[in-house]
Amino acid sequence: MTFFKLGDDIADTRAPDVPIEQRWDKRRFDAKLVNPANRRRHSVIIVGTGLAGGAAGATLAEQGYHVIQFCYQDSPRRAHSIAAQGGINAAKNYRNDGDSVYRLFYDTVKGGDFRARESNVYRLAQTSTQIIDQCVAQGVPFAREYSGLLDTRSFGGVQVARTFYARGQTGQQLLIGAYQALSRQIDAGNVEMHERTEMLDLIVVDGRARGIVARDLVTGQISTYLADAVVLATGGYGNVFYLSTNAKNSNASAIWRAHRRGAYFANPCYTQIHPTCIPRSGEYQSKLTLMSESLRNDGRIWVPKKAGDTRSPDQIPEEERDYYLERIYPGFGNLVPRDIASRAAKNQCDLGRGVGPGGLGVYLDFADAIRRLGEDKVREKYGNLFEMYDRITGEDPYKVPMRIYPAVHYTMGGLWVDYDLQSTIPGCFVVGEANFSDHGANRLGASALMQGLADGYFVLPPMLGNYIASSKFDKVTEAHPDVVETVNEATGRLTKLLSINGERTVDSFHRELGEIMWDECGMARSEDGLRKALGRLPELREEFWRSVKVPGTGSQVNQSLERANRVSDFLELGELMCVDALHREESCGGHFRVESQTPDGEARRDDERFAYAGAWEFGGTGEQPILHKEPLNFDYVHLAQRNYA
Amino acid sequence: MKLTLRIWRQAGPADSGRMVAYEVPDANPDMSFLELLDVLNERLTLEGDDPVTFDHDCREGICGACGVVINGQAHGPRERTTTCQLHMREFSDGDVIDVEPWRSVAFGVVKDLMVDRSGLDRIIRAGGYVSVNTGSAPEAHATPVPKPIADTAFDNATCIGCGACVAACPNGSAMLFTSAKVTHLNSLPQGAPERSERVLNLVEAMDAEGFGGCTNTGECTNACPKGIPLDSIATLNREYLRASLGRK
Ligand SMILES: Cc1cc2nc3c(=O)[nH]c(=O)nc-3n(C[C@H](O)[C@H](O)[C@H](O)COP(=O)(O)OP(=O)(O)OC[C@H]3O[C@@H](n4cnc5c(N)ncnc54)[C@H](O)[C@@H]3O)c2cc1C
Ligand code: SF4
Ligand code: FES
Repeated sequence: MTFFKLGDDIADTRAPDVPIEQRWDKRRFDAKLVNPANRRRHSVIIVGTGLAGGAAGATLAEQGYHVIQFCYQDSPRRAHSIAAQGGINAAKNYRNDGDSVYRLFYDTVKGGDFRARESNVYRLAQTSTQIIDQCVAQGVPFAREYSGLLDTRSFGGVQVARTFYARGQTGQQLLIGAYQALSRQIDAGNVEMHERTEMLDLIVVDGRARGIVARDLVTGQISTYLADAVVLATGGYGNVFYLSTNAKNSNASAIWRAHRRGAYFANPCYTQIHPTCIPRSGEYQSKLTLMSESLRNDGRIWVPKKAGDTRSPDQIPEEERDYYLERIYPGFGNLVPRDIASRAAKNQCDLGRGVGPGGLGVYLDFADAIRRLGEDKVREKYGNLFEMYDRITGEDPYKVPMRIYPAVHYTMGGLWVDYDLQSTIPGCFVVGEANFSDHGANRLGASALMQGLADGYFVLPPMLGNYIASSKFDKVTEAHPDVVETVNEATGRLTKLLSINGERTVDSFHRELGEIMWDECGMARSEDGLRKALGRLPELREEFWRSVKVPGTGSQVNQSLERANRVSDFLELGELMCVDALHREESCGGHFRVESQTPDGEARRDDERFAYAGAWEFGGTGEQPILHKEPLNFDYVHLAQRNYA
Repeated sequence: MKLTLRIWRQAGPADSGRMVAYEVPDANPDMSFLELLDVLNERLTLEGDDPVTFDHDCREGICGACGVVINGQAHGPRERTTTCQLHMREFSDGDVIDVEPWRSVAFGVVKDLMVDRSGLDRIIRAGGYVSVNTGSAPEAHATPVPKPIADTAFDNATCIGCGACVAACPNGSAMLFTSAKVTHLNSLPQGAPERSERVLNLVEAMDAEGFGGCTNTGECTNACPKGIPLDSIATLNREYLRASLGRK
């Protein structure tokens, strides 16, 4: 049985056909400009205040547009970007260690396992240097050396030190920078900020995005907001798995509703599973916490050689331990890329050698590092992470090895956008983790922050200007039939959720969905498993709409209703992820199909058949989606199998 | 563990609110405090009761969304810890735990444990930024910043805007929060041109929002999950004095 229909190929028609290093200049030069005096008359809706949305809102407002902005938290400063720890890449080459725009471009295309669009990645690398300048000027306190100059480190399997950081709180500091810039524009009256307001649907009039329907999460009031263009900056959808490192309320609703209204969803099955997270401790577990990957620089990963060994780690002698990454990948050892490290941990646990509750964990041991460097030095480097681990688990990693396990962390897939960051709905732009653009099948460490800020500060503004300058905007009012219909649908959906009054909580559905996704569409995917999931998910969706219990009313704060609405979208998205994973009969980056591996168990790409981005068109609820392929060309970085042995 | 939670229930700003006791017979020492509330909420939902409303998002101690008063202490008994990072192993079997929202004149209760902290955002809007438009920044290495200054700026920039300092202060003052922003930006060369305007505007906004005055009780810094020190308040006072004299 097939689960989809094949549509026409799709292509990005916006990147100019000139050498790659000239494309962005040329595109900006060709773009139409909006007369500064006229900008005030154009309004732009931005949903989201993370790095991508916050940067975009501040910049467009500075340029003179009227910005109407939304976030579901009580303050724009709390967007999920705040939680990023490690750092942000930029090709500054301050270390003179051979870095360049071209090398960052090359590393990102290769790291993405040749499933990203070269034009976009090159532009990202080009823009990276300006981001650091902008952030420093805003007062972002990056780590500095005694000279007073910026410090950098190497991160995530690359050989140059191009990662700028602010202790273990880089995302926080960058977001506060963007938030402050946005605050300045709110104060100046250029941004109309709506906190605690959740987008429920996208308003499309005459084929173009013209507004959103949103619910005030305090009063329950459902309102329409109309504008000339809509920017979605709503983050990733890792919470489809229930347990992930994402913030508890991160969700896919904004992009999923846009998808239902016509925006193609690209590569939904590309998810990144981060190898170093704290394992779950029990049924009540509500989210997973990441331990920065920098720990792998000094920690050694091992499991007992004997399956089912329940001795405490200090009782297991050296010769009965398997430092499996060092054994299998002698070249990179504990520093292999994320997807490889994650899968290796799963394989060990599948062999029964996992440690901790349920055998779902491996040791990350610092005993050698402490012997070699001394406890003080280790404390200096990792003190805050060790403390965080201790706080959560009650165990002291200076004495007992940490237990870690992979967890869902990031979604490379997202709404399909062209080089201008415009989705297949004209006037609907998508930035940050919400789009699919720059990371292919696997994202390198410290590149999401770079992409979010590149999109928001530098790429979106001129392209949005071009769209506004090239379009005519008829006045749309709330009485327009398309607007009325969208409001009615959004309201009807909430009314329905409240009226079911069944016997299962929203979380119980979300957990079940998460388990199915983790088992069948997680670290390793098989045809059998995916078909099984695709049998079960529609049933679960129907059961949800029959027996979910959402207490309270719609005219008050109702967190159960908010969750129910989000989970209803996750249920549909989960299905599309499985269809995408099933159709892609190759392994690439974060997508590992057990049928497509080399004799020694490494991922095997199939460039003949799958060197494309898969952009899915919505076919109707419970109907088959339509696949549009965007062929990917590698004119600069030549196709090659990754090899980390 | 078997616990009794006495939780503040308030349907909305107009309701007067009351403490309601709930038994949680199956708490686990490895649960976070918010997971305990999740477990309770699952049960309340199935029993047809209204689940307890509380703010939260990252559950990693960094977004600043969570925060309740636990047995009279903002964010509970453990030092330098947000509510989401507090684990039940800090409590004992049989404990009775009081759970209340932040209480302060400037923070109205929205529902149950959720409060309105938008006053803190308005303080930042009054000048807690450097006025630099996108694209106009000089090369990052044009201005070296001595490491000790960069470190002070960073320490103050770690404030998560949770409002525990306000909740802990007998006067409901937002001095610690405001001083963290003033110290962060005013110590850096990038923040210098707007140094005077910034401190004056932030303090004016703080007063306008109805936050109380500072009488140096130090409760704020004890409650602060990020350890923002009282020194920052001294810095704010110094900056304020300097700016007021300069303005005359
Ligand atoms: C624990 C962790 C650590 C990380 N560390 C790093 C790192 O070191 N380096 C790196 O490069 N990347 C890192 N990442 C990834 C990176 O943080 C994210 O990809 C990035 O911050 C996403 O930014 P964003 O602006 O796209 O979205 P987000 O920051 O997720 O913002 C989404 C915004 O959309 C709003 N929103 C969502 N839905 C709606 C709706 N329906 N209505 C209204 N508003 C809505 C939210 O309120 C929020 O304001 C990390 C991620 C995690 C989880
Ligand atoms: S100063 Fe401390 S307690 Fe106050 S808002 Fe900031 S982090 Fe919270
Ligand atoms: S939920 Fe983010 S700090 Fe507690």
